[in-house]
Amino acid sequence: MSKTQKAPGGVRSKGLTDYLNDENVRAVIYQIVAIALVILAGWYLVSNTLANLERQNISTGYGFLNLEASFGISESMIDYTPQSNYATALMVGFLNTVKVAFLGIILCTIIGTIFGVARLSSNWIVRKLATVYVETFRNIPVLLQLFFWYAIIPNAFPAARNAFQPLPDVLLTNRGMYIPVPVADNAYDFMGIAAIIAFIVIYFINKWATKRLDATGQPFPIVWASLGIFFGLVLIAYLIGGAPTAMDIPALKGFNIQGGYNISPEFMSVLIGLTIYTSTYVAEVVRSGIQAVPTGQWEAAESLGLKRSIALRKIILPQSMRVAIPPLTNQYLNLTKNSSLAVAVGYPDLVSVSNTTMNQTGQAIEAISIYMAVYLGLSLTTSLFMNWFNKKMALVER
Amino acid sequence: MTLPNDTANIAETATPDASAFLRLEKTGKNFGQNIVLDNVSLSLDRGQTMAIIGPSAAGKSVLLKCLAGVYEIDRGEILIAGKNVADKADGNQGHWTDKIGMLFQQNALFDSLPVWQNVCFQLIENGSLKGKQARDKAVELLGLVGLDADSSILRPSDLSGGMQKRVGIARAIANDPEILLLDNPTAGLDPVLSNHIENMIETIAKKRMTTVITVTNDMTIARTRYDFLTMMHEGRVYWSGPRDQIDHAKNPHLAQMLSGSSQGPISMRTQNRGQHLVA
Repeated sequence: MSKTQKAPGGVRSKGLTDYLNDENVRAVIYQIVAIALVILAGWYLVSNTLANLERQNISTGYGFLNLEASFGISESMIDYTPQSNYATALMVGFLNTVKVAFLGIILCTIIGTIFGVARLSSNWIVRKLATVYVETFRNIPVLLQLFFWYAIIPNAFPAARNAFQPLPDVLLTNRGMYIPVPVADNAYDFMGIAAIIAFIVIYFINKWATKRLDATGQPFPIVWASLGIFFGLVLIAYLIGGAPTAMDIPALKGFNIQGGYNISPEFMSVLIGLTIYTSTYVAEVVRSGIQAVPTGQWEAAESLGLKRSIALRKIILPQSMRVAIPPLTNQYLNLTKNSSLAVAVGYPDLVSVSNTTMNQTGQAIEAISIYMAVYLGLSLTTSLFMNWFNKKMALVER
Repeated sequence: MTLPNDTANIAETATPDASAFLRLEKTGKNFGQNIVLDNVSLSLDRGQTMAIIGPSAAGKSVLLKCLAGVYEIDRGEILIAGKNVADKADGNQGHWTDKIGMLFQQNALFDSLPVWQNVCFQLIENGSLKGKQARDKAVELLGLVGLDADSSILRPSDLSGGMQKRVGIARAIANDPEILLLDNPTAGLDPVLSNHIENMIETIAKKRMTTVITVTNDMTIARTRYDFLTMMHEGRVYWSGPRDQIDHAKNPHLAQMLSGSSQGPISMRTQNRGQHLVA
């Protein structure tokens, strides 16, 4: 007691205990200790792994990517043969992942929005049906749902010989769906470029029209103008490309179907499973978004004598976006990451191809590091886009 | 306006003025099991103004929303120029809201639209104004409530509370309403701005011969600025009359309301009303 008491006006010299009792000093010491422990643990793991790999005669590094893959992949969006290298194989897997995630995000948004609005319907049957849909599919593990669809789809359709033809030249078999596609031509590349240009032009026209509307009150028929620009530019590109008309039509040859574009049962299972599962979450996000808009907004619209449909479209939905976009981003990210479950039904996504690569080369760490980096990159890209979109749509809270 | 029955506990207009422009005849409204409006009878002529006072949960806002057509009434009649507008069978519901402008308690401006579209939303949607005309009209209305043209492209969320009130009033008068309903137009504003807003409302209403019904908690404003005063409590009208009669009123509820005393017949205990606890 007497030790800590300072003599009036006197300054006591500081000892070691005083330093250790100083909050700032202690904070620094704790941090140094924590960092040292992390580095030690990391060094232990890395050195052990390297030693073990050396004992198994596995060389580390990404050199294996240039070796011949020598395994087949059932579906690919780019040219691939077993003679292609591992890098190409992983690229095929990556594109398959992107394909199923991209389509899944678009479809689950559409289906989810419909069911989300339906859950608030004043019609009892519509409301209850939507509730049953949501509560059923969101409460069954998504992996089981993939198994379910993969059990159903190949068994629901006839063999190639007796292919079911719901539309002319569209064939449904137990090996998937075959649809006619145009024969590859430069014109389609032109059309793709034209479509991208059209989107950019539409974006800027939209911006200009909003600005003009605010400044002068002059409205601009933005929907018609956008449609006109899009189809106009694409049509011009098609005509410049020589307006090709050749189609690749699927047909039975021998025991299998040749030609056309094949949508495999694996792809369908993954797409349907992920879409339905995620759409239930999107439905809840949409419902909560609509319900989050204050009732005063409905009442104000009603006092102005507005129809409910106009109030919903122009006042309620734009404001519900503010609440809905961040959780919607979560669902998109979940869908992208859940697509790695595709390996369970044999859809050659990135994980599936990486697993094969791993088994053949033994380069587990490298292969896993690649697909972790790719998923991280995909998710961050989605996040960035959605954050930008959120900023655009967000209304400042009052 | 007829004299209220001062001695009765529940005052009613003894002989409703059959020729009055706006009349409520024994209007009633329920929320589930709760009676939120009970036997409300009032009448006002063109250009007359009325302040409605009363403790919270008295049914003041509900009354305004019933008049504005946001809620349907369950009993009685609402007559505008002799026509029962609450009668659904009559097919005159659509025109009803054209006669009425309303300012909501929390303004309820549309956050998704810029100020000028907020003001003229009804006129644009019902097709009476287009493009540049609508914008010019909005700027003109904003001028009436003391906002300059620059504010027209802002979003409601960019505005201060007082400016939002002004925009709310501009929206309420955009369709030249014959009846203006104001739910707490000066709540949360400082006394200077409150007076300014009330002056503005008075000027606008006088010029257009608008009938004004205002819900307010400001007793000074209620008794100095409005022709008539109505005191509501628990969904019923307890006193109603011209403002020069207020001080002669012997109604204990009104007296307590005007004095703001905690002693009196109005109890401020919380009570359970159906699902909601009200103060």
